[in-house]
Amino acid sequence: MEWLQQLVNGISIGSIYALIALGYTMVYGIIKLINFAHGDVFMIGAFIGFWAISRWDIGFLPALLLAMVICAVLGVIIERVAYKRLRNSTRIAALITAIGVSLLIENLMIFFRGAQSAVYPATIENKAINVFGAQISSLSLLILGVSIFLMLLLQFIVHKTKIGKAMRAVSHDAEAAKLMGINVDNTISATFAIGSALAGAAGVIFGLYYTRIDPLMGIVPGIKAFIAAVLGGIGSIPGAMVGGMLLGVVETFVSAMGFSSWRDAAAFLILIIILIFKPSGLFGKNTREKV
Amino acid sequence: MGKMRYTKKFGSLALVGVLASSVLAACGDDNGGNSAGDGDTIKIGANLELSGGVATYGSSILDGAELAVKEINENGGIDGKEIELISADNKSENAEATSAALKLIEQDNVVAMIGPATSGNTVATVELAAENKVPLVTASGTAPNVTVNDSGDVNEYAFRTCFIDPFQGTVAANFATEELSAKNVAIFADNASDYAKGLAKSFKEQIEKNGGTVVAEEAYVAKDTDFRTQLTNLKGKNPDFIFIPGYYEEVGLIVKQARELGLDVPLMGADGWDSPTLVELAGGDALNDTFITNHYSSEDPDEKIQKFVEAFKSENGDTAPNAFNALGYDTVYYLADAIGRADELTGEAIKDALADTKDLSLVTGTFSVDENHNPVKSATVLEFVDGAQVFNSKIDPQ
Repeated sequence: MEWLQQLVNGISIGSIYALIALGYTMVYGIIKLINFAHGDVFMIGAFIGFWAISRWDIGFLPALLLAMVICAVLGVIIERVAYKRLRNSTRIAALITAIGVSLLIENLMIFFRGAQSAVYPATIENKAINVFGAQISSLSLLILGVSIFLMLLLQFIVHKTKIGKAMRAVSHDAEAAKLMGINVDNTISATFAIGSALAGAAGVIFGLYYTRIDPLMGIVPGIKAFIAAVLGGIGSIPGAMVGGMLLGVVETFVSAMGFSSWRDAAAFLILIIILIFKPSGLFGKNTREKV
Repeated sequence: MGKMRYTKKFGSLALVGVLASSVLAACGDDNGGNSAGDGDTIKIGANLELSGGVATYGSSILDGAELAVKEINENGGIDGKEIELISADNKSENAEATSAALKLIEQDNVVAMIGPATSGNTVATVELAAENKVPLVTASGTAPNVTVNDSGDVNEYAFRTCFIDPFQGTVAANFATEELSAKNVAIFADNASDYAKGLAKSFKEQIEKNGGTVVAEEAYVAKDTDFRTQLTNLKGKNPDFIFIPGYYEEVGLIVKQARELGLDVPLMGADGWDSPTLVELAGGDALNDTFITNHYSSEDPDEKIQKFVEAFKSENGDTAPNAFNALGYDTVYYLADAIGRADELTGEAIKDALADTKDLSLVTGTFSVDENHNPVKSATVLEFVDGAQVFNSKIDPQ
């Protein structure tokens, strides 16, 4: 039952990719910006969770909520300070700013606490559950549960609430939305807040599952999540979820077939293939780019 | 306005002044030549990983080295001259290791250097050491190519206090065959590190010589966090022993994830595992039934070792010294011995004296330096019991 085990392994990492990918895709959907600082918000989330659990001893769920709230605020601050004034500049200017913000957050973190890694405390007892010969850890079930819950919550917010409706409207046509009386600035801020909160949650979950966190931990998962978002169709929320899961499973199976050194190469190959043959991704709308 | 302009002007004048004086100062240094030999102190540089991924190695070496320097200075120094240890942080990165070495050589005018803790960082500084004729002794860089370059020539100015990788791999293989009766072994190595690849190669050669079979080989890359895929693959091959050469940051997670997946066989690694962080990452339970080869054990009953342990504990708040502490300590004594025997206080003379070291009795074993600048000494096997390293056995060279 090795394959079942590998599938579980793949879905666990995939659900973390998916949570981060959601933030990428939401921000891209609304202001057409690839927010490269998103991986670092994920890192900050992991550290908030770490401090909350190890120093203030408040348990997993409160720590998760705290990380989400602080990351949401951080996301809004980043948007207001760095991106808002560039909204009418070229997209490359905003992209470069995003990379700058990313480096700033990483290095501030290193400046304040050093580059060494921290070890997540074991707050939740991790039992192995044997299912058809596969060892499924209770932690990976928890990760999957929390991820799915957050994704359902997001779907609810986007499709059933007023702010969700505003987000969809701004994403569709910001000018028209403004004419209809929608506060575009607040809507964009809300998008950043929600996306960053999800990244913060992913950070806490990542720390709990993989134990080791450090100030540069956001880079690789950030890029992988970006690939996941492109794979699913950037701008599409269900696409980000499916893309994340799919990428996690593909990576795992590439390793499982004995090509573990090719795992990252496979992820980037997917990115290249998607960009060449189906740039709109699996779930993306086939619209011609507006200039 | 006028005042502001004045300040600005004054500022730039001051700046010019500062620049000029620093240039002059630099010139003065150059004219003075190698000032390490002048005065009452002997300057030794320590280019170490004081922050970054393997910060615990570097700071452990520094603690050990500082103790040795203190002891030597209290006993009258080397020929009446005190040792001055100057440390520089290389942030666990190759490029930073090079600039730290440059700083020690150019600005601090050290006469010899304690090299970085890892092989990769040390290799990055070897050429600089040779160009500037400043001997470099790494405490724990175990890759063969630290002292011997790729074309097989000895790097004249590079030395080490520790044994080399192939030896640790050989010891691990012998231990697996003889003590654990392992027949079908697996190897899980860091594909991006020369250290891990070197160990894996010599382990494989020796285990096959001993009549064992390598049933599976898997690889990972440093900074990975998810090893479950490869471990699941390994589990499918049913090995009775897994050799995991690598560094603690990844190994801690590997051991934890292996046990979670129900891989209960003995695991073994080398000195790269030696860090308190390993125990934090993996947890004491998961580490049971794992072994490492190491340079030394603080529980070794040997008298010289116990004396060192006592001295270290009284300096460092009752913490028992780890192997890196011991190697850092030995590195200073190794250098001091050579500086004492050197004809004059120049890099060239010290380098010759280092190469001539014979039967020097140190904490990590009595050693002589062979023609490749590698010490010939013994290795220790340690077992993890509930998170603590317990002395298992000592294995002599050959």
